[in-house]
This record gives sequence, C-alpha cells and structure tokens, in this order.
Amino acid sequence: MAKIIGRDFIPSDIHSKVTGRAKYAEDIRMDGMLFCRLLKSPIPHARVKSLDYSEALSMEGVVSVLTADEVSQTPGPSDNILTNEPHFVGEPILAVAAVSEKIAQDAIDRIKIELVPLPFCLDPLESLRPEGPNARVDGNTIVRGEGVKEIKWKEEDFLEVAGELPMGEPGVEWSYGELERGFEDASLILDESFVTASNAHHSMEPRSAMAFWQNGKCHIYGSTQSQAIVVPGLARYIGIEPEDLVYISQYCGGGFGSKGGAYPLMAIPALLSKKTSRPVLMRISRAEEYFLGSARIGFQGRIKLGFRDDGRITAVDLYIVQENGPNTGFGDMGSAADAVSLVYTPMAMRYRGISILTNTPPRGAQRGPGQNQIAAAVEPLIDKAAKRLGIDGVKIRRLNAPDSRSLYGGSRNPVTSAHLREALDKGAKKFGWNEKKSESGSRKGSKVIGVGVGQAFHSAGSSGFDGLVRISTDGKLHIHTGVGNLGTYSYAATSRVAAEILGYRWENCEIVRGDSSKHLPWNNGQFGSNTSFTMTRTNYVAAMDALQKLKELASISLGGSWEDYDIENETVVNKGDSNLSMSYGDLAVKAIEIGGRYSGKELASDDLNEMTIRAVEGLAGTGLIGVARDNLDRTGTVPALAAGFIKIELDIETGAIRILDYLGVADCGTVLHPQGLAAQVKSGAIMGFGMACTERHFYDSQWGIPGGVGFYQAKPPSYLDVPLELGWDAVDIPDPQNPVGAKGIGEPLMGCATSALLCAISDALGGHYFNRTPVVPDMIVNAAAGQEQSHSPLQVNTQ
Amino acid sequence: MAKGNFRRYDLHESQQNCSLENIDFCDSSTVPFLNERYSRRDFIKGVIASGIAIAGIPYMASGQVRPTSSLGSVERLVSLNVNGQVRRVDVLPNETLVMTLRYKLGLTGTKLGCDRGECGACTVLIDDVDHYACSTLTHRVRNREVTTVEGLENSEGELHPVQSAFVRELAPQCGFCTPGQVMSAVALLKKNSNPTREEVRIALSGNLCRCGAYDHYLNGVMSAAQEINRG
Ligand code: FES
Ligand code: FES
Repeated sequence: MAKIIGRDFIPSDIHSKVTGRAKYAEDIRMDGMLFCRLLKSPIPHARVKSLDYSEALSMEGVVSVLTADEVSQTPGPSDNILTNEPHFVGEPILAVAAVSEKIAQDAIDRIKIELVPLPFCLDPLESLRPEGPNARVDGNTIVRGEGVKEIKWKEEDFLEVAGELPMGEPGVEWSYGELERGFEDASLILDESFVTASNAHHSMEPRSAMAFWQNGKCHIYGSTQSQAIVVPGLARYIGIEPEDLVYISQYCGGGFGSKGGAYPLMAIPALLSKKTSRPVLMRISRAEEYFLGSARIGFQGRIKLGFRDDGRITAVDLYIVQENGPNTGFGDMGSAADAVSLVYTPMAMRYRGISILTNTPPRGAQRGPGQNQIAAAVEPLIDKAAKRLGIDGVKIRRLNAPDSRSLYGGSRNPVTSAHLREALDKGAKKFGWNEKKSESGSRKGSKVIGVGVGQAFHSAGSSGFDGLVRISTDGKLHIHTGVGNLGTYSYAATSRVAAEILGYRWENCEIVRGDSSKHLPWNNGQFGSNTSFTMTRTNYVAAMDALQKLKELASISLGGSWEDYDIENETVVNKGDSNLSMSYGDLAVKAIEIGGRYSGKELASDDLNEMTIRAVEGLAGTGLIGVARDNLDRTGTVPALAAGFIKIELDIETGAIRILDYLGVADCGTVLHPQGLAAQVKSGAIMGFGMACTERHFYDSQWGIPGGVGFYQAKPPSYLDVPLELGWDAVDIPDPQNPVGAKGIGEPLMGCATSALLCAISDALGGHYFNRTPVVPDMIVNAAAGQEQSHSPLQVNTQ
Repeated sequence: MAKGNFRRYDLHESQQNCSLENIDFCDSSTVPFLNERYSRRDFIKGVIASGIAIAGIPYMASGQVRPTSSLGSVERLVSLNVNGQVRRVDVLPNETLVMTLRYKLGLTGTKLGCDRGECGACTVLIDDVDHYACSTLTHRVRNREVTTVEGLENSEGELHPVQSAFVRELAPQCGFCTPGQVMSAVALLKKNSNPTREEVRIALSGNLCRCGAYDHYLNGVMSAAQEINRG
C-alpha cells in the first residue's frame, strides 16, 4: 500500500513562490552587470546589406557589440542566435552590451543598418502556388535529412471546389488498412476543410537570461521548463563542452512548450559576457516575446471521415498543410495524424501532410502540439456525424474510443494502456451528461444553452534516462533530479517514488534540483507530458539500486545474505532476528567506508549518460549512492487521454460565451499527486478555452507585421472568462509499464476542453460547425444571423 | 495607474483592428536607469547624449517610428516608505515604482510580466490599495505606504493568511503571477474580509495567470478569508 504516492504534499518551492523569494532569471543581480539590448529585424524577411555600429560602439557606456558573424551558425532552417538574414519580424541581428539598458537601447538606435527586403510568406497555400513566395531563399519546405527544399503545387491542384483544401504533392504520407473499402462501407461520409490558427505561448515570464563566466565555466540563469536536457544544446550554442556550462533554472515562469529545451537567445548574454568579462543580463520584454518568443503551428487541413450507421468510423483520409514558421518549427501535423489514429481508431486511415515555411514568429511546440489542433478540428465533426446519424455524442465517442489493445499511428505501434472509454463513462456520469444534454438548445432571450464533450490525446512517456539518489550519513535521502520547475510540481511528484521505495518519511527527504552544478542526473525534458511516466521510472530504478546496496551493506556488517534483510522505518532489519538492524545513516557511513560502487567511487554499470557519470563523480564518497539507467521494459506508446464536458450559455446577439460548468477527466494511470492533477485538469482547460475562442496570431498582410502582440490583443483567458469553479476527476487505472502505474497527462487536458467548448458552441447554434479556431464572437453572431462570415473558408491570418 | 479589471472579451474587443499604430514592436520597456549604480557618470552623459538627434534606422519598412528616448533630467533623492521601512533612493522623474523596487531596493518579488498595465504581475499596495507598480511613477508614492509581497510576513516570519492559504491550496503553478495575485487578494481582504467567490474573482481579475491557476487561487482567497474571520 503506497504511503507517499497518491497523497498530497507541500512542494518545497511553493513557499518561495508565495513570498516572492523565488528567483527567476531577471531577478539575479551581480556587481558590474551589463545590460544587453537587441537590434531586431523590422521586416519579415531581409538580408543585411550593411551594418555600421561604429557610432554605437563609441558611445560612453557601451561596452561591446555582438554580431551574427561572431556566433555559431547552423544551416537553415535552424533557429539562429543572431543572423544577417532575418526570417521574421523581431529576429535578432545584433546585440549591444552597455552599462545601462537605456544606453544599450540608445546605441541600438544609432546603428546604421541597410536591409534588402526579400519576399515573404504568411499563408502556406500561397507559397505552394507555382509563383508563390518562399519564406527562405532556398525554398519553402523542409525535407527530412535534406534541409530546405522547394515544393510547388500545380495550377490545376488549386482548381478544386472553392472552400476545399487543394491537395497537391504531400511532403509525407502513410496509411494503413483498406481506405477505399472503408469509405465504401460507410453510410455517412463527411469531407471537411478546416483552419486552426497559430497562437502565442505568452508565458508570464518573458525569456530573459543572465550569464557570467567564472573559472572558465559559463554560468547561465535561464527560463526553461526543463533542467538537465537543456545543458547539451545550450553548450552547443555557446560553443563549449556541456561540463563547462553551469545552467541554473530553479524557477521558470511558464513555458507551455516554448521553453522546453535550449533556445538560441540564451546564448547572447553568455557570448557577450565572455567578450566583456562581465555579467550580462538580457531582459526580454512582453512586447518582444510576441515576436521572438514562440507560437503554436497553424493548420489548413482537410479530413474525410466515413461512418457506419452505428457511428463506427470506417475510414479517415487526412491532409494537413502546416504553417511551420521560418525555422525548424515542430512536427505538429504528424502528431495530429497519430492522434486521429488512436482517439478514433479508424479501421483504415491515410495521412498526407506538408509543412510550409512562413515568415511569422518562430513556431514551436505548444501544449499538445498537433494533437490539440486536430482535436479542435475533428471533435465538432464527430458531433456533426452523430447528429446526422441520430446518435448521442458520448455514445459515438465511446464506440470509437481506443482501449489497451489499440494501435497507434502509421507504424501501428502498440500502446501501454488506454482508458478513454472509462474517462467518458466516469465523466458523463459525474457531469450529468444526459440531464444536461436535455437542456441543450433551450433559450432565454438571446441566450442559448449549449452542451459539449471533447477528447484529446498526447503520447506521454519515454524511457532510457537515469536516476540518482544519495543517502547521507545523517540518514537523509537526497533525490537528485534533472527535472525542471515548470509549475506542475512534477519534479517533486516523481521524486517521491524514491521515498516510497525506500520507505522514507517525506520530511526526511530533500530534492536536489535546478542547478547543473548540484550533480544532477540525465533526465528527459519537461515537455510532451512525459515526466510523470519517465521520471517515476528513473527514480524507481535509482531507489531500487539504493535498496539493494542498503541490504548488501547490512549483510556485510551484520552477516547473512542480503536476501535476509528487509526495510522498516529507515532501517534495514534482519527478517529472522530484528535485533540485527542498522539505520540508513549508519549504512551510509558503511558505504563510504567500503567505497566502490556503494559510495559512487566506482560505477557498476556502463550504460549511464555522461551527465550522470559526472554527477556521481561529484558525489562520490559522500554517502550511499543509488544510481541506474531506466532499462525497464517499454514496448509501446504511452497514451495520455482526456475527456472534457462542458455546458455554456451563448448570447447569439453578442457572441459572448459564458461557461456554466466544466468537468475534465484524465486517463493518466495512477494518480501521483491529486492536488497537482486537479490543478492541471482545471488550468489546462482554461488554456484550452483560450485556444477555442480568443487566442490567435494575425498579421498585417501588406508588411507581414504581427498584430496580436499584447495580452489584450492575443487574449489569454482571465478570471472573468472562466467559470467560478471547475470540476476534475481521473480514471486512476495503473499503467502496466510504469513501476508505480503513472502516465503523463498535461497536454490533452487542454485539447479536451478546447474541443468540448467548440462542440458546445456548435450545439448551442443548433449544429453550425465553423471548421476553424478560434471561434470569435463575430463569427458566432454571423452564424446566428445566418450571415456569411467575413473570411473565406481557408483563409489564415483572420481576426 | 490604479488597477483596472479585465472584462470579458466582447465583440468590440474581438474586432480590435490591427493598424500599424497599434504595434508595439519598438517596445517602450527599456528602462533608462537600469544599473546606474555602476556608472552614474556614464549614465548622465548617456542621458545628455541621447538628447541629440537620433540617427535612427535608415531602412524603415513599415513606417514605424521608433520613439526616441531622451530624458533630459536627472535623479532626485527621495524617501520612500516601503514595507514599513523608510528607504532613501535616487529616482528619475519618469521612473516607475516596479523598477525602483526591483532594481534599486532589491525587492524582486514584484514581477514584471508586461510593463504596460496588462497583467498584474507587478501589483503592490499603496496605502492598502492595489496598484500596478509598472504603471505608477515612483515620485507619486512619496509620503505614502508601499507594501510589496516581501512585506507581508509578520515579525515572527509567519506567512500572511493569503500566503499560507495559497500554499495549502496549491494555488501557484509556475509562480510568476503569484506575488501579484497575493497582493490583490490582500488588498481585497483589507476592504472586505468576507467576500463571495464572485467578489474575489472580480477583485483578482486584473491579474492574469497563463498557467490558468485561477480556480486554486480563488480557493486560496476563500480559505484565507475564513481563517482571518476565525481570528
Ligand atoms: S507588469 Fe505591470 S501590469 Fe504587467
Ligand atoms: S502560476 Fe504561472 S502564470 Fe500564474
């Protein structure tokens, strides 16, 4: 019976968060610190023709300038540190370090720069036209392994029916099953085109960074969701070995995918600090964040769905044109297709996709990258089919829902466990689906009730990383974790597994984290909802290693074999004779005495990551070391699944939406931390509501300048946009491939809410489907009044 | 600027158009005095220098005009009452309170989320009323009592009931908006120690939380109110 797992606790960093003691990157001060400002491109695509910073450099107080020629350049379409060919508005060209931020900015203003404007692209379909603009001089798409290439569709590809996505040559493709037969067997076929808008991450903490060098090592205070995984990539940007980087990210003011790993901007203060031999702080402002931060990828897509009479999906044909931004972007479209294959388990499916480069703020992963856009696009269509077939919305989803035998993606991978049906059942019951459904469409004045259910998926677990724990001579357990502090408290929830295995009181445990000089193991990043699965495994294997060593040391000290020993109250006790016992603290002393693998002086296995090896070397001889790589079995994709239920009141005269009730249900395996999960279910939903109804990037089409560049324009939800209370629940069925049964969950908690809300809006409108996110008030008013929308069906960059 | 509340997004807001004038690309967040501690002389020279005509960027694709940042004035030594202590500090005429707190008084608990009155991360109390410190000039708070998140614990180091309730309810996620949420809640409970959940959300609606932890913050404030009323 678990004593620690599944119980609430007070995370050790929360006190600092409520008192203001928590130090984020911009809170660090050092004597002699310089400030840096960036010269950024004012236009979406250009080449620097000339750059004269002599006057800037001669100004009093200006210490140094860093140009693109001085930083490492990787071939396109990678993200740059600084560049002479900016591909988006706000891309940094040059940086100035000065004694004050004002002087740095004044210096920037005195730089004489001549830019040659180059063609730019904001709409992927435009770029695919024979004469369309390319976002980069060498092409408009990325071909895996080959870099940037040009793909143009033929004129005739665009001649199809207006409003339907043209489908020329794809960049990638997969299929399974007999697609044509699937559609032949269908009694209802929907063929729908859709658009999902890109939107900014707008994490509350902009991506500021502070850097200094000491004893040949570069120290960086950065803002990242992750800790360990950041180090190699960031070291590469700076041009140093990972062991020469001290990376500190004890707190991160939100990332949502945009700060998952190392990003090039962080290298700027590091390189300026190296050049000037002084600490450098680079503050990024809210305004800048909208340009050089990150944004979700937008889709223009088309999906053909075949349904049997009973609602079972026979075939899916999916085409996605992905708006990738100018650089590496992300693999949203492939993830979207994989999600469709699992959430609806179609008997046959084909996926085609093409990722087109655009001169828009750089795209990156955003919570449920691909999976959540496709949930927003497809879930309302499931309702459309259900309505036509006369089937209930929960029933049709249940029928198509995956179980643990379902297969995933084009590769038809097995999954570790899937309980979406249970989530739907639990949610429908708790929400009172049938009763609420009976109110749908009821009207008071201009206000109509809408009810909706939505689902989403994300693969939520990885393996092969390392765990590291240390028992010190005072008997305390030190759990070293390379997990970042992104706000989910997963760094703590996963660390608690080590305490559980070793029978520790939580008060006697300490989590060591947030600073790479503190001997942290190689852990995966805090993205892709994977932490709960991946790092419970690493902490489990490290604790098991410590447990074995404790027993061995007891048998060495007290006689017998290690198998004769058990643990109890932080003591190792002989099973036959309880007088033969030793405390963990005394065994740590013994470990130091014997040395070898017990104290980390030697390593028993050769499969540990370099970072973990260095961490163990740093700790060697200070206690009993438990360390291991996670070699536990994992034979499939780990699905995180979620269902959301919502009731809204829609004002058809103003388009205003009031959410009356929301319940989210998670399939995340064993619940590790109920309070933390509750927070994620509810807050993920809130982010989802923003995606459904308000958030989007848009651009001035003549100049390509982003327009949604403030909170008031980009519109993340506020207190007043969401219900006073939200509900949550979890299926709580253990995953068989995790030692404590846990799976991740963060991402689908958003997508299920986005899609539920979109479904409820359509429900309130009596079955009007927008095939677009976000659904903004004027679209609702137009729909309610039977007016045409102000945008064409495939138009991107709408308000 | 006294705090405004975020309204529900309505039709008018959604139709806000994107004119070039609206674009805040050449952001005004650059802070004139940052780090003058190390370089007062250089700084003053810089200020004078920046009064000269700015060369500007010859290429201006969009017709954006970069605001020139001339100041033409210098700091004045003032006394501020912050968290019950009188602090002497040099302040520029256009210096905002958040910058004075963060960069001159070492009080980094007050966060900068937007520096333009949109998010509430910088919320502090001025004579017990919540204000956006990014939109308040420091000179305006002379002879007034400023309270920041660092000033809430009592002399025994015990947390304010709002803070301890936020811990109990696991209210913060990333924590970046938390000091602002705490301060808005404290201001509310000073005025109304027995608010309804609806009143709490209206009072806190000027504090954005991208993590979306609203529900848990509301739980926290309700729980703190109960505790305060129990005495
Ligand atoms: S920083 Fe003051 S309101 Fe955002
Ligand atoms: S807790 Fe992260 S922004 Fe509020």
